[in-house]
Amino acid sequence: MSNLIPRDEEDQQRRATRYGQLVAQYRPRPPIGRNLALAFVVGGSICFIGQIFYNLFLELALSPREAAAPTLAVMILLGALATGLGIYDELAQIGGAGAAIPISGFSNTVTAAAMDYKREGFILGMGAKMFIIAGPVLVYGIITGFTIALIRVFLLGM
Amino acid sequence: MLELTTWTPAQLLVSLTILGGILGGLGIYQPLVDFAGAGALIPVSGFGSAVATGAIVEAKRIGIIGLFTGPFEIVGLGVTAAVIFGFLMALVASPKE
Amino acid sequence: MEKKQGDRTYMFANPPALIGAKSVVGPKEAAGPVGQYFDLKIDDPLFGETTAEKAERRFLIEATNATLEGANLAKDQIDFFLAGDLLNQIVSASFTARELRLPFLGLYGACSTMAEGGMLAGFLIDGGFAQNVLVGVSSHYQTAERQFRYPIELNIKHKLSAQYTVTGAGAFLYAKGGDGPYLKGVTVGKVVDYKIKDPSDMGAAMAPAAADTILQHFEDTGREPDYYDLIFTGDLGKVGMQLVNALLEQCGTRLGSNYQDGGVMIFGGDGAFGAGGSGCACSAVITAGYILRELAAGRLKRVLLVGTGALHSPLTWQQGESIPGIAHGIVLER
Repeated sequence: MSNLIPRDEEDQQRRATRYGQLVAQYRPRPPIGRNLALAFVVGGSICFIGQIFYNLFLELALSPREAAAPTLAVMILLGALATGLGIYDELAQIGGAGAAIPISGFSNTVTAAAMDYKREGFILGMGAKMFIIAGPVLVYGIITGFTIALIRVFLLGM
Repeated sequence: MLELTTWTPAQLLVSLTILGGILGGLGIYQPLVDFAGAGALIPVSGFGSAVATGAIVEAKRIGIIGLFTGPFEIVGLGVTAAVIFGFLMALVASPKE
Repeated sequence: MEKKQGDRTYMFANPPALIGAKSVVGPKEAAGPVGQYFDLKIDDPLFGETTAEKAERRFLIEATNATLEGANLAKDQIDFFLAGDLLNQIVSASFTARELRLPFLGLYGACSTMAEGGMLAGFLIDGGFAQNVLVGVSSHYQTAERQFRYPIELNIKHKLSAQYTVTGAGAFLYAKGGDGPYLKGVTVGKVVDYKIKDPSDMGAAMAPAAADTILQHFEDTGREPDYYDLIFTGDLGKVGMQLVNALLEQCGTRLGSNYQDGGVMIFGGDGAFGAGGSGCACSAVITAGYILRELAAGRLKRVLLVGTGALHSPLTWQQGESIPGIAHGIVLER
């Protein structure tokens, strides 16, 4: 028998550990510095665009709190647009988290899913799976907000 | 974080959202927004913070039900906008490789 | 003659001839470094269809029809159609079989299906159960992404070790008599799992299985690596290739410059495709396109083809399981 087949569970674990080290040796190293810099540039640029709109809404005599909502709406729209044009995934290939973290990234996940699952029908495909990627953000965002408000207002009386 | 850990992007986003929620709930996120404007609002942590502050404001105003209605000001905006724009885009565009 | 050699290798008493094969590919593969070798190059990845799944079937149907035409055989002369793909319930294969109306045996070996099919064709023909066996496999970038990974337009930065599923199909006609390279023997693979959990690292997940089958083949046949003009792994990619070499060296065997990998060949190391190509079609189109032409021209005389497959599902990965691999070896000689 070839000596690469493990003899038992323990042998497999041992080989797996050693192999893991071998794999780590050959794993291609991404240019971390460059990737971080690109993420910074992409993320910053997106927020920069957002800031332009934020300032615009402030100019239109909205209070800072009131200006937040339309700013986010615009960024969501831009994200959807860029996704539809097929450029948001290219942006992510360059900027990674810089494209994923802004709210436009959230909008991209919804639009991308909608576009893709349209093929399985509007109801069972697109309708059901639109939030397949973004779902966790909503679920845990709500859970966190709720919990912290509960603790702060009712348990701590603040 | 994506470079240094085995986190998937989804896990990163959820963590940032939770972080934003906690900071927002403690009132620490607002100064960041005052300082950085869109730079703090737009990342998903801004979303988390907005959900938390929404819940707090409403809870103080109308009691326990506020915990449930509060988050929905911002969640409502985000979800409705994403659904509407996403749907419209999907009608006219198809995935390209 | 004793057909079984050693543990897992079988040499055929009457080696079937691979009398015809055709490769059909999408635009990115056609634009790659071995693009000139492919038989049919389709500009539109959707092949004019409304869904990628339908498109993948078109690729496979074109490949099988072209193969039959090329070998001048009618459908009623085919005893078995063996086919597989990456999709749930191997729908590309089954729906193609529906079109072809041939006796059908569906296979799942992930990206090793071409080798698995060839091996089974060998058993059927050498065992006297068939005169002509048609083997077909397909894969498609979009269908694989949707099933295993994410929606196509999703903002996600691909890791350097990730691979790019090849859009295309390959079909092979094995016959009892005739001209063509001969399927002299096969080595059956075992599932090998060294606990790699990252689907962006499939080369690493499959390499142990490939190394195992290669080692077993040499042990069973008593041959040395230099017996073959070409030792070809289906789609281990850049990283997987290095790992196979490392594993084999640890076991005292060294492969020379006669070792090549389909995943690396199809996109030529272009970083836009990560560590290289993958998918059932990867090994299939390169075999049907490039390797068979080289065999026919006499530039290659003895080839060991090792199809490599990753046997996980999107669910097993989400449930925290590792990715088991398998590799099947088939020997083609002029």
